[in-house]
Amino acid sequence: MDFIKEFINYFKVRKKFWLLPILMFLVLFGGLIILSQGSAVAPFIYVIF
Amino acid sequence: MTYILGISAFYHDSAACLIKDGEIIAAAQEERFTRIKHDESYPFHSIKFILDYTGLKLKDIDKIVFYEKPFLKFERLLETYLSVAPRGFKSFSKAMPVWLNEKLFQKYNLIKSLKTNDKSFNNVKNIHFAEHHMSHAASAFYPSPFEEAIILTADGVGEWATTTIAHGIGNHVEILEEIHFPHSLGLLYSAFTYYTGFKVNGGEYKLMGLAPYGQPIYEDKILEYLIDIKDDGSFYLNQDYFDYATGLTMTNKKFDELFGFPRRDPQKIELNKFYMDVAASIQTVTEKIMLNLTKNIRKKYNVKNLCLAGGVALNCVANGKILEEKIFDNIWVQPAAGDAGGSLGSALALWYNEMNNKRTVGEKDSMKCSYLGPEYSDEEVQEILTNIGANYKVYNRNDLIEETAEEIKRGKAIGWFQGRMEFGPRALGSRSIIGDPRSGDMQKNLNLKVKFRESFRPFAPSVLKEDVNEWFDLEIDSPYMLMVSRVKKNKLKNNHEEVKKAEGLKKLDIIKSDIPAVTHVDYTARVQTVKEDNGIYYDLIKKFKEKTGCPIIINTSFNVRGEPIVNTPMDAYKCFMSTNLDCLVIQNCFLRKEDQIKF
Repeated sequence: MDFIKEFINYFKVRKKFWLLPILMFLVLFGGLIILSQGSAVAPFIYVIF
Repeated sequence: MTYILGISAFYHDSAACLIKDGEIIAAAQEERFTRIKHDESYPFHSIKFILDYTGLKLKDIDKIVFYEKPFLKFERLLETYLSVAPRGFKSFSKAMPVWLNEKLFQKYNLIKSLKTNDKSFNNVKNIHFAEHHMSHAASAFYPSPFEEAIILTADGVGEWATTTIAHGIGNHVEILEEIHFPHSLGLLYSAFTYYTGFKVNGGEYKLMGLAPYGQPIYEDKILEYLIDIKDDGSFYLNQDYFDYATGLTMTNKKFDELFGFPRRDPQKIELNKFYMDVAASIQTVTEKIMLNLTKNIRKKYNVKNLCLAGGVALNCVANGKILEEKIFDNIWVQPAAGDAGGSLGSALALWYNEMNNKRTVGEKDSMKCSYLGPEYSDEEVQEILTNIGANYKVYNRNDLIEETAEEIKRGKAIGWFQGRMEFGPRALGSRSIIGDPRSGDMQKNLNLKVKFRESFRPFAPSVLKEDVNEWFDLEIDSPYMLMVSRVKKNKLKNNHEEVKKAEGLKKLDIIKSDIPAVTHVDYTARVQTVKEDNGIYYDLIKKFKEKTGCPIIINTSFNVRGEPIVNTPMDAYKCFMSTNLDCLVIQNCFLRKEDQIKF
């Protein structure tokens, strides 16, 4: 939660909102890749790709 | 009482520093403990040393501050990759997993790491982040002896800034101007370090040492194709020739084609005239940029004092040129000008700039001669030496100085280990190898037989402050060996033509002055002025002067090639036994090589 608060603060200060969709994309897919290192989620990722 | 712990880590040269109500108490670089040069890891050992030294626990520390802002750095990375996409995908795919998995969550990783130092640590809310160049600027201004100064910081890159101009007055530092990535003087110098076959983030000082062996014949080419220097002091790098912004190397094929030769592979290609000329050229360009910048900021802000920090401030040749041109009345350079010093700067920035505490300026700087690291008592040293079976003699202070000065006079190479270790890349008389500068073959011998490094590398002189004007063209104090100045004309040999004619490393064989071991091939020296504040080191040089009339000794860092400077008595003994050092002095113990049993 703290991390999200800090990120919101960052956007408030820097006002670079156009980076938000790119970040969301990166976090989502990055998260999937990281999760795929544990075998439980891996099969779903193979199905997607 | 407020304790602030500053931390720099996770890029290169990680370090930690503790200040108490603004007073610098202790600081150390992680590499000295882990024995990994430029170690970037979390500075566990440095923090442990600080806590042990002060008897504090992490819970006693009021604030912890990290030297840069990870979100801003990530923003720079993203924007840079976007601006050149799809070029740079390879680098992007390598960088992103590390950022998304680790670096973006720096605060939480830091908390996790801090718990390794102290399990009970839970002071999460007191973790702060300073901007990288603010950390550098603060490290340059707050410890300086100036009430007001203009501060120039220049390095590879922080978050966005690569060069900043800041104004410091009283307890406040304000950044006034910035040059942003990818236009970076530090990265330009590193690109040439890479091209000439040295390691980036470490080999830059080798390039600087190599420069006087060559001629700056590529200066015009660099100025025409690689960099555009503007009248206001700013500069722009032509990214067509560099790969560092988005690739995995510093320079590209076009860069090689521009100079007509590929990057030097140190395993296959010897340093030849071409690479020496390239080194001379980039050094000249660097000096030109620094002079242009400093002249402009003097004119624009009309402040008489200059403070310098950032990796580029370790280019003592360029610093010497700024001094020689008399652009500012006074110059002060932070001894830990690189990223390690960011730990100190971030702590000071928090104490003064953010917490608005009063700053008192004294006649001297507040770096305590940069003797801020670990120390060992005479008893501890004797116990260690006895346990490892070393043969040593214990002397009182006067006899120790007498004996050491006598051995220097006899031409012996001596490992010198006294008091607290230095903070910053230079050995300043605590962890030094010392010798007689009057000896003609000392430079070659020390380089090849003791330090096992390239023969062209110069050695620095430690000179008594009161005698500096007799030997060097240096008008200000240079306690941290960050100013290069010329050896006085009356101390030079009358063989300029011979030196001029000699090519490359052959220049080394010619005796150029009364102190040849510390006179570089361009008749300059990287001077350390030594005062009474330097304690026993001052007394030693004074004794050497009494015996020889020469108030100078050679001072080079106590290490061998590829290793960090020694930290513990054991490190010193190992280094002593694995090199051709003749004697070792640790605290009040004197060791001779011939008395030792081989390892």
